[in-house]
Amino acid sequence: MSNRPITEDDLHAYVDRALEPEREAEVATYLDKHPDVAKRVAAFSDQRDLLRSALLPIAEEPLPPQLNLARIIESQRRRPSSFRWAVAAMLMLSIGGLGGWVIRGATQLPTSGLTALAQEASESYKVYASDRIRPVELRDSTELAQWVSSQLRQPIKLPDLSQSGYRFMGGRVVPTAHGPAAMFMYDDDRGDRLVVLTRPMTTDQNEPMAPLSSGDVAGFSWADRGMGYSLVGPRRDDSLRPLANEIRKQARTI
Amino acid sequence: MSDMLHQIEPVIPALRRYARTLVRNHAAADDLVQDCLERAVRHWNQRRDDGSPRPWLFAILHNLAVNQFRRTASRGRHVGIDEVSDHEVGQNAVQEQKLMYQDVIEKLAKLPDEQRAVLLLVAVEDLTYAEAARVLNIPIGTVMSRLSRAREKLQQEIERSAAGPPGNVVQLRSHS
Repeated sequence: MSNRPITEDDLHAYVDRALEPEREAEVATYLDKHPDVAKRVAAFSDQRDLLRSALLPIAEEPLPPQLNLARIIESQRRRPSSFRWAVAAMLMLSIGGLGGWVIRGATQLPTSGLTALAQEASESYKVYASDRIRPVELRDSTELAQWVSSQLRQPIKLPDLSQSGYRFMGGRVVPTAHGPAAMFMYDDDRGDRLVVLTRPMTTDQNEPMAPLSSGDVAGFSWADRGMGYSLVGPRRDDSLRPLANEIRKQARTI
Repeated sequence: MSDMLHQIEPVIPALRRYARTLVRNHAAADDLVQDCLERAVRHWNQRRDDGSPRPWLFAILHNLAVNQFRRTASRGRHVGIDEVSDHEVGQNAVQEQKLMYQDVIEKLAKLPDEQRAVLLLVAVEDLTYAEAARVLNIPIGTVMSRLSRAREKLQQEIERSAAGPPGNVVQLRSHS
């Protein structure tokens, strides 16, 4: 028998049958001696039973065809083919876009600095984060770090966002008008994905954090000691700023 | 693939029940569950391998519902209590029980959203406190305080109608 005082939490866990047997026995003994508390706990238990009975019929209703899981799996499996076309179309567009960009470069000043970086990151996000087949080229973090470091010709550290609830999915080297960039992808339990793009900067070598937004995506870009960083995610996500701060903090400790 | 089928399928009725208490409107609730299942199938390989997919599925569903509320909040939700049809409580239940069930479902609907969610996940859907905390993305202490408030409030409502003017509920309470 422990001498730990009985808490409100214990009483609820008792109602929910979530206590270890020893603790449950202690609560039961306590309730025997305290009829007023016992009455309240009994009322909560009744309430729990009532709720379960009242809602049980919903769970017992036959499932409608739209919730047939085998069919849902089948239809999701068929999606990739149409998706592959979408990727192809997107690639065609970006190739066309690149061509247009090169031509435009001859007549007007190209976008550069942080603005260009933010644009590149948004484009990587749009193409790769929506890719359900191969969003990343490499999943192994050691191998990826070696690859991007050799392509960018300097040591690149992979930001770790696991403390913020984002898993590292992998990454790849992506081409930009300003040379190769490293793209890292993360996702959370809900499947929401984030992209971090980093590359050396020729202009805007040190820039404070600036928000970016285009269409459905939002994020932050900044530059530190010659390296540019851009974090891009879904627009509704308000957690992007703390994440960007976290990445900046980690990158500074190289 | 069949592993996914066998792990997700048994949870569908519970997801449906949870969705129904979140959005009330049957068709909207089923759409929400369908959306949840499609996402679960697409992201099956991305879930954390920590045993039961149950909390993971509830998290997807809850997230979808919250996003939907946010979208519709500006337009106003016109899904009200009067949408509770006879169908919503068991068809084979005796009339008296039916009324009692309907009554508690209506009282449940009056709880603040965040309290109702905790109470349902814990008391009806059998998630552990830690799992409920993960689904709702809140600390476990908040789960406990919301659970406590939800139970107290629902109990007050039940007792108030028991002591209040005569009605179905008073008669029903005398049986218990």
